[in-house]
Amino acid sequence: MADTVIKIENAVVSYREDVALRGVSIEIKSGEFVGVIGPNGAGKTTLLTVVNGLGKLLSGRVTVLSNSITPGNGHSLRKKVGYVAQVENIDPRMPMHVREVAMIGRYGVLGLLRRPGKRDWKIVDEMLELVGMTHLANRPIGHLSGGEQQRVAIARCLAQEPELFLLDEPTASLDWKAQTEILELVKQIHDARKLTTLFVTHDLDAMPHTCDRIVLMKDGLIVGDGTPDEMISTERLASLFDITPSVVRERQPHIHGDARAHEKES
Amino acid sequence: MDLSIFGYQFMQNAILSTFLGGIACAVIGVFVVLMHMPFIGVAMSHAAFAGALLGLWLGFNPLIGAFGLSLLAAVIIGPLADRGELSPETSLGVIFSLMLGVAFLFMGLMPGTKSGALELLWGSILTNTRGDIVLLAIVAAVVVGLVTLFYKEIQATVFNRGIALSVGLPATLILYGILFLTGATVTASLRSIGGLLIFSLILNPAAAAYQLTYSMKKMFLLAASFGVLSGWVGLLFSYLFNIPSGATIVITSSLIFMVATIFSPKRKVKGWKAVQPAGEQLDTGTDKSA
Repeated sequence: MADTVIKIENAVVSYREDVALRGVSIEIKSGEFVGVIGPNGAGKTTLLTVVNGLGKLLSGRVTVLSNSITPGNGHSLRKKVGYVAQVENIDPRMPMHVREVAMIGRYGVLGLLRRPGKRDWKIVDEMLELVGMTHLANRPIGHLSGGEQQRVAIARCLAQEPELFLLDEPTASLDWKAQTEILELVKQIHDARKLTTLFVTHDLDAMPHTCDRIVLMKDGLIVGDGTPDEMISTERLASLFDITPSVVRERQPHIHGDARAHEKES
Repeated sequence: MDLSIFGYQFMQNAILSTFLGGIACAVIGVFVVLMHMPFIGVAMSHAAFAGALLGLWLGFNPLIGAFGLSLLAAVIIGPLADRGELSPETSLGVIFSLMLGVAFLFMGLMPGTKSGALELLWGSILTNTRGDIVLLAIVAAVVVGLVTLFYKEIQATVFNRGIALSVGLPATLILYGILFLTGATVTASLRSIGGLLIFSLILNPAAAAYQLTYSMKKMFLLAASFGVLSGWVGLLFSYLFNIPSGATIVITSSLIFMVATIFSPKRKVKGWKAVQPAGEQLDTGTDKSA
């Protein structure tokens, strides 16, 4: 049986008056590809910040890669946890090239006062090649499109040689083609590098169809946890996003089809 | 042109002061420009000015007062910038106006002549002492030394604090380190450049360098060169036209910025507007419930 790499027990996180997580418990095993779905404000991003030690727990316990997370050990843990956020608004005049930005992924691993060596640049170049960005390696980072910047973010994350791969709505605000390419890339990387992946989104189109497991979140709670077949149904999605089943059918025809298939089977 | 003036000790002190102050201020300016927080320099220079006036008023070393109050401003600015509770422009603008108010309050309360206070406001580089130069040299060496030692950590932090944190770098500590260095630089340069003008020597050379390069290392080098050039050309104009040196230094740095903007290869780059402070993605004080 695979090892548990993330264990969250009764995590409560609050930002001022807003409670972002209300006693969340979950276990994730090594090698799993877990999709986390929920509406805005569900606590999805907070769940990721709890995993990489940036979220401030009010109560509960979090163990990641056999380390119990405390306020003091976040830095060392984050060196093993890759994080890709939404497309950032990068200043086109920013004086940094793609290769330098990808190298940031090595900085935590290298430690203070150590400069990147040949091996580090080799790793960065390999990761840029893996995400198809070698031809843009010497371009200013701000000159890239949103999809290209996300590829660089993934290369930066992989240059860290992480054991955990956290993706926080990495395809938000990208066009359909870029979304599809990023999703395929994430899945390929997950499979090839045998990572444990948490993929957060509120957009079902952005959810890789090959997730091993889907977690549904709403109002700071986990309201569903199971296989994609179990979790992605018209009724569950309607309840999750507070919309009527007919709206789900209109907006997600492939899910409608799935649901009808389920209904026929039953 | 009679350049014999440059043989005098006071002029040599001024040349050395502008060299050291130009480097230190410009390097700090690179942080200010890249982190999109130009008001940091304004707020801290006015805090230093207010602190120096407090020293003059109460009879202790004005530089101790300047350093103390600029650190106090850093202690206020740091958490606001770190947690993104207010937009940086708003919070720094409030601190700036508060410090200016406090400075003029101290000036009003000060008995007797105000010439010492006015020197701190406008700067008096031609009266710099050996002690002022030693202080500037120490601060410039510390600033350049720390940037060299922690270049990769600083580079990641000014690029995006959220990303720097997520890869395991102590980005918050680096942010506070930058604020501390800003306070030290402003304090050391206060007597030479003056509380009102020092901000220009922080911002303009770095902003000019920003127009000309896509390499952060080159940006540091260009900014430092422009800082020194501003000081030296400003001193020359001050002597030639018999006008205040602080003003000529600042006007020169502004002209360098204008020329850099005209010849900038980045002029054709599309406009950009920050929609969120760097690092907001992962900063723990902002709304993470989405």
